[in-house]
This record gives sequence, structure tokens and C-alpha cells, in this order.
Amino acid sequence: MAIQVDFLKNSPYFSGLTPAAIEAIAKLVFEKKVGKGEIFLLEGESDGVLYFVASGAAKIFKTSAEGKEQILGIARPGESINDVAVFDGGPNLAAAQAMGNVIVYGVRKNNLEAIIRDNPQVAANVIRVLANRVRYLVSLVEDLSFKHVIGRIAKILLRYAGSGAETGQRLTQQEMAAMAGTVREVVGRSLKVLEQEGAIKMDHHRILIADREALKKMIETSS
Amino acid sequence: MIEMPVIDPEKCNGCGLCVEVCHCDALILVDDVVAVNPVEECDWCTECEIVCLTGALTCPFEIIID
Repeated sequence: MAIQVDFLKNSPYFSGLTPAAIEAIAKLVFEKKVGKGEIFLLEGESDGVLYFVASGAAKIFKTSAEGKEQILGIARPGESINDVAVFDGGPNLAAAQAMGNVIVYGVRKNNLEAIIRDNPQVAANVIRVLANRVRYLVSLVEDLSFKHVIGRIAKILLRYAGSGAETGQRLTQQEMAAMAGTVREVVGRSLKVLEQEGAIKMDHHRILIADREALKKMIETSS
Repeated sequence: MIEMPVIDPEKCNGCGLCVEVCHCDALILVDDVVAVNPVEECDWCTECEIVCLTGALTCPFEIIID
């Protein structure tokens, strides 16, 4: 399948370029089809390839030595993956896994450097993309390090819990994130920690509060 | 009957990302709008909600004192 010129034109990396420049760039881009669940970028490896999600969605995540996963974000169509490793020449910062069938467009490091040399506008676009990425990651660091998110999540769970006959209000993880002043990724991690500690039990669409006292203690110690 | 994600068809832009990421084949597109596939079961992984940019799909949790 030919690389879609329209896709490249609308990508934040290549916006503002002439049709001729886009056509030239398209020749340096290759397509890769990735099956559902496949990890197409490994943390710590040095691929030297920048990817754009053309269709589907990919999970960007890091894994700790103990096998714990921290999702950094979800890359959707139009978004780029592996920017930092391509520009600093270091290893891939995170892994990428296809959440469904995914098509990505890849550009090799040396080709990307040539594109930037030939099109200074791309450098300005890249700065904007990377600045946005830094802003997002700094807010994620802030949430993970300074804010006592687990205590806030514990508070939300106790506040909105229904007791037996009475149905509690239903909340999405996004809504909990908005209430706790954090991002959804941190809510997912907090719920996992609460479950591991035996305070709650995740049962399909239900969050069962197994140890109310443990949740109360978490609120006290994190405030 | 097992609980399924909540769909707001008005918000759906028919991109199909949710259908792609669903592990259970519990979602389908009908006339470019997402719908639940009643034959299949949902395991409430919430990945459809994660990828949906328009908020057409939500997977709300019920919080219960055990």
C-alpha cells in the first residue's frame, strides 16, 4: 500500500510543507502492519526508527524489573512514537504494543535528519511536538511523585460506594482521574495497588471495597 | 446478562478504534456507529474507553462495600 500523502500532510511533524516536499518525504517512509497485542518497539533497544500511528492505537509503556507496568500514554492515529530515542540516539525509552491491528509508518533516523535539513519547518514542528510531550510527561511525573493520588482515590471510593441494597454512583476511571486531579493512567495504577494491598477487589464492572479501614488509613497517611 | 460498555451513539465518529482494540469481539460497527455485539461477553478491560477520543464509550465502575 502506498504511503498516504494526506496522512503525512496532516501530521503535526509535517504540517505547513508544500505538496512537493510531502511527496518527497513519502518516499522515505515505510509502512508496517502490526498484529493485535504485538510489541513492535522494545524498551532499551536501539531501533533508530520514528513511528507514526496510521491506523489503530498503541500502548506506550515501561516495565519495571519486577514486571510492573506503567502506561505512559496511548498513541492514536497521527501521533508519533519513539521521538526521543531517534533524536538523541539513545535506546528506546518505552515499549509500544498494538492494542488492535495497527498500521504504523516508520522513518529511519538518517532519513529523518535529511528531511529536517531539507525542510527547516519540520524542525520547528518537531520542537512543538517534543514540547507538548515534555509538558505531558512532567505532569505525569508530578502526579506520580508529589501528589498523594492513592489517598484521593481511596477517598473517592469511600464517598461513592453504595452499600448492599443501595446502588452507589457509577464512575469511570476518567471521572475518578478528574476528581483526583490526575490522569487516567495514574488511576489505573492506584486501583491496582489498592487491589494488591487487599483494600479493594476488582470484579468486572464492580469495585468491591474489601477493607474499609485500610482505605481510611490510606486517606490519613497521604494527607 | 453481563454488563457492557455504555455507548452514546451521538458522540461516535465511527473511527472503529474501539472495535479494533476489543479483546472479546464485544463491539461492532453498524452503519459507522459503534454498537455492542450481544453474542459476545465483555471482560471490562476498559481499553475501548481508553482509545475513544470522543467519549462515545464509557466503562463506569459500580463501587460497592463488600
